[in-house]
Amino acid sequence: MPLLIKNGRVLDPASGTDAMLDVLIDGGKILELRKQITATGSMQVIDAAGLIVAPGLIDMHTHLREPGQEYKETIHTGARAAAAGGFTSIACMPNTSPVNDNASVTNFIMHQARTEACVNVYPVGALTMGLKGEALAEYGDMKEAGIVALSDDGKTVKSAEVMRRCLEYAKTFSLPVICHCEDADLAARGMMHEGIVSTRLGMRGIAPAAEELIVAREIALAEWVGHPVHIAHVSTSGSVRIIREAKARGVAVTAETAPHYFTLTDDAVASFDTATKVNPPLRTQQDLDAIRQGLKDGTLDVIASDHAPHSSLEKDVEFDHAAFGMIGLETSLSLTLSLVSEGVLTLMQAFEKYTVNPARILNLSKGRIQAGGDGDITIIDTQAEYVMDRGRLFSKSSNSPFIGRHLKGRAAYSIVAGSIIYPFAD
Amino acid sequence: MELRCKNLLSIGDLVPTEITHILDTAASMKEVSERDIKKVPTLRGKTVINLFFEPSTRTRTSFEIAGKRLSADVVNISASSSSVVKGETLRDTGENLQAMHPDLIVVRHSCAGAPKMLADVLPSAIINAGDGAHEHPTQALLDAFTMRERKGSLAGLKVAIIGDITHSRVARSNIFLLNMMGAQVCVSGPQTMVPRFIESLGVTFIPSIIDAVRDVDVIMMLRIQLERQSQSLFPTIREYSRFFGLNRTVLSHARPDVLVMHPGPVNRGIEMSADVMDGPKSIILEQVTNGVAVRMALMYLLIGK
Repeated sequence: MPLLIKNGRVLDPASGTDAMLDVLIDGGKILELRKQITATGSMQVIDAAGLIVAPGLIDMHTHLREPGQEYKETIHTGARAAAAGGFTSIACMPNTSPVNDNASVTNFIMHQARTEACVNVYPVGALTMGLKGEALAEYGDMKEAGIVALSDDGKTVKSAEVMRRCLEYAKTFSLPVICHCEDADLAARGMMHEGIVSTRLGMRGIAPAAEELIVAREIALAEWVGHPVHIAHVSTSGSVRIIREAKARGVAVTAETAPHYFTLTDDAVASFDTATKVNPPLRTQQDLDAIRQGLKDGTLDVIASDHAPHSSLEKDVEFDHAAFGMIGLETSLSLTLSLVSEGVLTLMQAFEKYTVNPARILNLSKGRIQAGGDGDITIIDTQAEYVMDRGRLFSKSSNSPFIGRHLKGRAAYSIVAGSIIYPFAD
Repeated sequence: MELRCKNLLSIGDLVPTEITHILDTAASMKEVSERDIKKVPTLRGKTVINLFFEPSTRTRTSFEIAGKRLSADVVNISASSSSVVKGETLRDTGENLQAMHPDLIVVRHSCAGAPKMLADVLPSAIINAGDGAHEHPTQALLDAFTMRERKGSLAGLKVAIIGDITHSRVARSNIFLLNMMGAQVCVSGPQTMVPRFIESLGVTFIPSIIDAVRDVDVIMMLRIQLERQSQSLFPTIREYSRFFGLNRTVLSHARPDVLVMHPGPVNRGIEMSADVMDGPKSIILEQVTNGVAVRMALMYLLIGK
């Protein structure tokens, strides 16, 4: 049945559109975009008065835990969490068990995505076999099977020589490379940001330089090889500065940050709440301010959740022993909209970080509203206020430091290929 | 006067009047240990569990004796003999012990925040007997008791803490307590063992141990963990001892009435020379004696009423 979205404010960063327009979707594609499309009896109609109609949001950095850790999340539950958070497309990192470092695992993920997921799921393949940083994975095979990018996320490829070969081989197949930047030796099994709070708590700290050294290295390699790199989850002011300078010189580098890095500081760790244990760690107010500035001036192209589900087995333990990571798919949009209400970003800027920019980096024909394009739409109520409650999470896990937080703005509808997938029918 | 808190997890749980009250109470408890019959019925019928996930002689014994002198039933559990090795979580261990209705659990653990984690879920009182490099509040209280007994007051006292500050829960708790009570603290040691942001805790950092000891009332030496050498935190024990050890030469730069303390156990001849350790300025054994009194006071104040 054709779907007509009426009376909404269409916001499409790709075209710069910000206007009251109606959107008609049919056969999975956007048929028409204009003022006052008349509804006919055969159409399903959404009245989007007072709401924002945006291209379906993309989260290019998630962990869906399937295969291998289905007790934390599955492709099915992760996709539902995504839909509830306003996302219609997500990329999932390869650190599953087994690792997505060959086409058979990619094929499995693609199969699960087709049969179990209500959103588009794009697997990211491993740069190196087993994420060990040694041997190249089969990029060609995995690309045929459906990967959209490469990453050893969770780890840095330790050897610069191996990383150079990864970039060269990725260039052969035109696959973007996403870099987790952390010098593991310097991070030295740290638990949190090395700063005033870690000094007070006596916890092993992670120096900002552990991130910045590798950001600088990956940029130097990208420049030399002539293949773009995308820097994942930027957390420090120094990284923002290094990326900004590289971009000014014309280096093909893009970067993302996650909502927790522009919302929380290492002060949140002082309670020993393991939900705040994340890698890279929550940094200082100065870093938070620099991240916000980087988002504002475009140094940081993308906001991605780094959705990292963990169960109580990993989190209800001593802080030292707790796993790194927090879920984010269901809070990212609200936390980003609070940047808008605080005047850090315009709505247009906020949505470009979730639509046209990630689509461009991953070469997806998504992230825009145009006639003939995919019928993926997110409709957002920026005024909806709610308290993030553990019971309303669709993710299998609840490791979020934002539970209990008062939030404003959330997805009213998530639409994939013209079908309303959220609110859920069941 | 009652303590506002159910637990003692960190010095920050206390306010200065409570610290004074604990030290005053300890002063009267100290007398019990000097009697022929070293036992009072104060905690009769109370159960204290010493739950130690790290090896300890001094602290565990001190808590055990403190509990017994107050007539509490004291049970010692060490990680090697508990179900921890079988893979039980800390929370499960705590809840299993709680099911046996103890009144107080004294916890030592290698992870910062572990006692707080137990305190958040268990109704019994919890005393932190050292958690990672975070805090060791009863050590700071017994150190304060010893300093106050010797010097009359903590306010205005100058204290140098020397050694591996980064990994020292004793240093942190002492810094918090001494600052709170109006003393001045400086720290010294190789920069590899002094956190970059140490001055944010309200202390000054003096690289040279001779400069650090020059004008202080108390020198508190910290134990050097010999395995830190393999972590490139200092080159050799010899060089550490030469530049950061307390010996007669260094002490000659200090005031004549300076007191030398150490939380123990001492690496004799490494962070402290034998003659200083056994010399007249050393009050290391008084610290140990006072530890029992301070822990008796805390047990009484937390579960005695």
